[in-house]
Amino acid sequence: MAPLVPSQEELQRRRIIGINAETVTNIPSTDFPGHWPGESHGWALDQFKQNFNVEYHRNDRYEASFSLIGLDAAVANAFRRILMNEIPTLAIETVYVHDNTSVIQDEVLAQRLGLIPLTGSVEGINWMRWEQKIPGDDAPEVELTDFNTVVGQLSIECTQNFDAAKDETDARKLYHNAHVYAKHLSFGPVGRQSEFFVDDGAIRPVHPDILIAKLRPGQRIEMELHCVKGIGADHAKFSPVATASYRLLPDINILSPIIGEDAKKFAKCFPKGVIGLEPVTSQEAAKAGSGYQGHAGELKAVVKDAFNDTVSRECLRHEEFNGKVKLGRVRDHFIFNVESTGQFESDTLFLESVKVLKLKCARWKRGLSDLMA
Amino acid sequence: MPGSVHSQDPQDQSMVDAVDQSQEEELVLDERRILVLPGSSETAASFQFEGEGHTMGNALRYAIMKNPAVEFCGYTIPHPSDAKMHLRIQTIETTTALEALEKGFSDLMDLCDVVTEKFTASRDQFNEENNNKMQS
Repeated sequence: MAPLVPSQEELQRRRIIGINAETVTNIPSTDFPGHWPGESHGWALDQFKQNFNVEYHRNDRYEASFSLIGLDAAVANAFRRILMNEIPTLAIETVYVHDNTSVIQDEVLAQRLGLIPLTGSVEGINWMRWEQKIPGDDAPEVELTDFNTVVGQLSIECTQNFDAAKDETDARKLYHNAHVYAKHLSFGPVGRQSEFFVDDGAIRPVHPDILIAKLRPGQRIEMELHCVKGIGADHAKFSPVATASYRLLPDINILSPIIGEDAKKFAKCFPKGVIGLEPVTSQEAAKAGSGYQGHAGELKAVVKDAFNDTVSRECLRHEEFNGKVKLGRVRDHFIFNVESTGQFESDTLFLESVKVLKLKCARWKRGLSDLMA
Repeated sequence: MPGSVHSQDPQDQSMVDAVDQSQEEELVLDERRILVLPGSSETAASFQFEGEGHTMGNALRYAIMKNPAVEFCGYTIPHPSDAKMHLRIQTIETTTALEALEKGFSDLMDLCDVVTEKFTASRDQFNEENNNKMQS
């Protein structure tokens, strides 16, 4: 028996998660074999290939926005989680304090340094090796080499500026190096790193103006910084993204006509541009039972761009729209927003997350042979 | 069931690890392992994944549930401070839980390939269109 094929309307109905004033409906995915009697929902790569789609909205260097359409939440969420937690990046991990006479404590300063986003030759950072950190005191000592550690320096002393005006109150003019910024960090290549981390590819802070500490004359900071690769699951400083999030595409369905003053009020319930006002055509007004009779020329509310809706549900608070509108979200339309901290470009980060998921699968699958034996 | 190859005795585990580490440094990653929890049969088994969480758990659950031969699939993280994920699979007679798990991995990997392919195509097209807009 050939499997039943649901109608397009039915499929569309299943795609929408209902959003009511106080509740949500139709929440879990139902596209599994055995859920709908007679229908086949088994995994079919061809079908997935056909239905899956990517739409790009924005592709700046460090901020990208795109839609993944035709994916299950489980998979979309895996990508998002991997983006935040499992893509290795370079950050300051160990700080050797030779001298620190500033008012900021060693451990606090080290913590601040760790959070500074670094950038440099992507090729070089990819060439560097990442090893899973083994927690605990009895972890084996890792040998420091050019492919796992970048060495940096922070060496700065605050001195009096004798050229400053007598009545000067600004510390930055009164003293030299009163403020320590990220630009004062310097990273020199060692070993094979000199093939990558030179000139434009040099390891450096993404933002040179991050304030690290404040000094007064006579105070000095002298530190050696060791940067290693790590993942966000270990420490947030290793997370390659500032934000990686998705939302579902909003869906607004106007069930019966909203006309005139009501239409204007309705449009005000949504962000600008989401609801448009259009005059009722004479054709519509002539159609019996359409709800537009005798309203030719008046303004009616139409959905122009549901993408920008925030799904605030404001329109559901007003009595006059009762039963006239249905809000929802499209179950399989994920609008991703990926903002990189600056080490990698946003689009490469997403591709990287897909690669990581695949690698994880491959590794576990290989491990299965153990069980089979 | 081929059975749980790995004993659950913690002492036994550390012995295995110690041997692995001295053998090869790359094994640090592969040290994480899958166990079959006690009480399994050919068609119904619970697997324990060490060092895995919701990321893999939910995606894998989805991929396995998509298999028509699978009667039940669910995952849980029994305790949040233990980095362990349990995956339960029950299948019909035509296949085994282990095969279903393997198919789940394969399907997920195929899915990743399609996502990469379509994403790259869409991005390149977007970049091209935007470059044209900027030039004109």
